[in-house]
Order: sequence, then C-alpha cells, then structure tokens
Amino acid sequence: MAAASEVLRRSLPEEVGVSNGSSSTSEELHVLAVDDSHVDRKFIEQLLKISSCKVTAVESGTRALQYLGLDGEKNSVGFNDLKVNLIMTDYSMPGMTGYELLKKIKESSAFREIPVVIMSSENILARIDRCLEEGAEEFIVKPVKLSDVKRLKDFITRGEGEENEKRRILKRKMEDDVFSLSSQLPASDLVSSELESSTPSSTLYISTKRTKLLDRG
Amino acid sequence: MDGVIQLQRQLVDYTASLFHEGFLDEQFNQLQQLQDENNPDFVVEVVSLFFEDSERLLNELAKALEQQCVDFKRIDAHVHQLKGSSSSIGAQRVQKACIAFRNYCDEQNTEGCLKCLQQVKHEYSLVKTKLETLFKLQRRVLAAGGSIPKPI
Repeated sequence: MAAASEVLRRSLPEEVGVSNGSSSTSEELHVLAVDDSHVDRKFIEQLLKISSCKVTAVESGTRALQYLGLDGEKNSVGFNDLKVNLIMTDYSMPGMTGYELLKKIKESSAFREIPVVIMSSENILARIDRCLEEGAEEFIVKPVKLSDVKRLKDFITRGEGEENEKRRILKRKMEDDVFSLSSQLPASDLVSSELESSTPSSTLYISTKRTKLLDRG
Repeated sequence: MDGVIQLQRQLVDYTASLFHEGFLDEQFNQLQQLQDENNPDFVVEVVSLFFEDSERLLNELAKALEQQCVDFKRIDAHVHQLKGSSSSIGAQRVQKACIAFRNYCDEQNTEGCLKCLQQVKHEYSLVKTKLETLFKLQRRVLAAGGSIPKPI
C-alpha cells in the first residue's frame, strides 16, 4: 500500500486560486462502479450507499469512459460536476475488460490519479499481478465486503487528508512571507486566500481568514 | 400478539433451514445486512434481478447445447455469469452446480454439459421456490405488524 499512497501525493501547485465546490459534499466519496452483471451492479451500489458514498453504476468499460468524457467524443460539460474519487470495476466484461479500462484510465493525464480497484470472482495470481502492475490500487475477489469498502474509503480520505495538510503548510508559509512584506499595509487591503489543487482529480476548497494572522504580535 | 410471534418464529425457522440445507450461504446474510429503511426492498429487488438473469442464461444455455456445433467457449461464458450472480446472492447450491458445469465445458463434453444443465436448472428451480416462500413469510410478518429479524 505504501507504493499506492504515492499515487495520491502530487507535487504542490505553484499557482493558487479559488475552486468551486462540486455538487457532492466534500466528505462524500463519489464512486464509479463498472460491472456488466445486473445483480452485481445492484449489490455494489447498495454496499456503497450504505457506506455513505455517492455511486454511479455503469454496465461497461465503454460507458465508464463516456461518463468520464474519455471516449473521444466532445466533452459533455455536465458530467464533470461530480468528481470521481474511486473507480471500482469488474475484471471480466464483454467488449472492454476491466484491465483494458484500467489501462485507458492510467493513460489519461486527467484521470490517471483516480484510484482504480479491480473486482473479480476468480482468484488468478497472474491476473492480479497484471492489474497491480498496470496501476490498480487493489484487486478484490468477489463478493466485495463492507469491510473492503470501509478500507478503501479510509485509504482515500487519508490520502486527501495528507494533501490538505501539505496545503495548509504551504499556505502558512506563503502567508508568513506576504505578512512580512505587507506589514505596512492596512488590514483591508489584504485579501483572504483560498487554495486549490490545479489538478482535476481533487476539488478541495480551503479558505482561511487572513485577519487572524494579523492578530499575531 | 401471539400471531406475530408465531409468524416470526416460522420465518426464523424457515430461514435457518435454508442455510442448514445449503440452499443459502453467508452471502445472503450480507444482503440482508445491507437492507435498511431507505432501501427496504433491497433483498427482494436484487433476488428478482437474479431470477431474471438466471432464466435468460438458462435459456441461452439450452439453445447453445442444441446446436450442431457446440460453442463451449460461449457456454462457459454463460455459466461463468450464472455462477457469479448466484454467488453474489448466496445461492450456494446453484453456484456449486455451475462449478461442475464449467469442468465439463473445459473437457468439451456435451453429454456432461447437458447433465449439468439439468442439475443447474433443478437447483435453480428449488432455490427460487424457497426464496419466494421466504419472501411470502416475510410479508406476512410485516402485515401482522411484526418486523423481520436481522441476521446476527
């Protein structure tokens, strides 16, 4: 898992700006579930809902790529409202397998950092190795359990928590620099800053009040 | 009320027998755990999808085995799907029958496959009846004002 957590760390952006909140709350993970089986789709959907995740369930790799806007068609504007935090895909599907979907996602600069989990009813070592080598976060042998979902949630939330921590440190440093430069200026000229990641796979919105810093001796 | 208690007792006993006889396994308990007030019909819904899928697949299998030139790869794919969905709802005996079926597919043994198809059909028909009875009992308990006990 240590290697996997590296995937979530990314170099801090140089520019800072405002990020609009997405339509899902920042605490709720949005999972894209891909499975050709009706039964399994229904099952995973409920599993995720019970675990307080937002779910979009699709029946094929092709549909998944369409949803993400990676299918080569003109990008559907509406679909980028809800950022996907995790993709869970079945391995054996007609047309595009879960492995092929994984490859396409990892090849995309926009989506390669979204963790992808492969699910399979078959416990085949070569298959597992292949998927992990291609960048899958995990390979889960079906049936998926509540504890699997909990573990994934914790892993992703922790990864984003570490991102927040890094941004807070960066922010404090920047404000220190600005503060020392602008100590002559009246408080009203200082604008509260907001931070965001410029990479599309996270939409963390952190705002702090600059006036608090000015209170420091 | 006596009536409710009796009905609940009947439900608990019937459910236990299905597990005891191997018709259902732990996965069915998992399904029941996932049902809540926001999705009170979850188990019935997912089992209904299983019935639909299974009937479709069993038809496909029968057709495929009637062909002059039997496509074992295709048959295996169908059985794999059936095995998957039966596993997902905890229909253990159907799942086991599918495993045996796949072995005959690997051997490209038409006779064996035909026998297995009969076996899978039989197990499917049994579990379907059992589950429908289970759901009927559950409805009776609910109608009498009782609640369905959640598995431990």
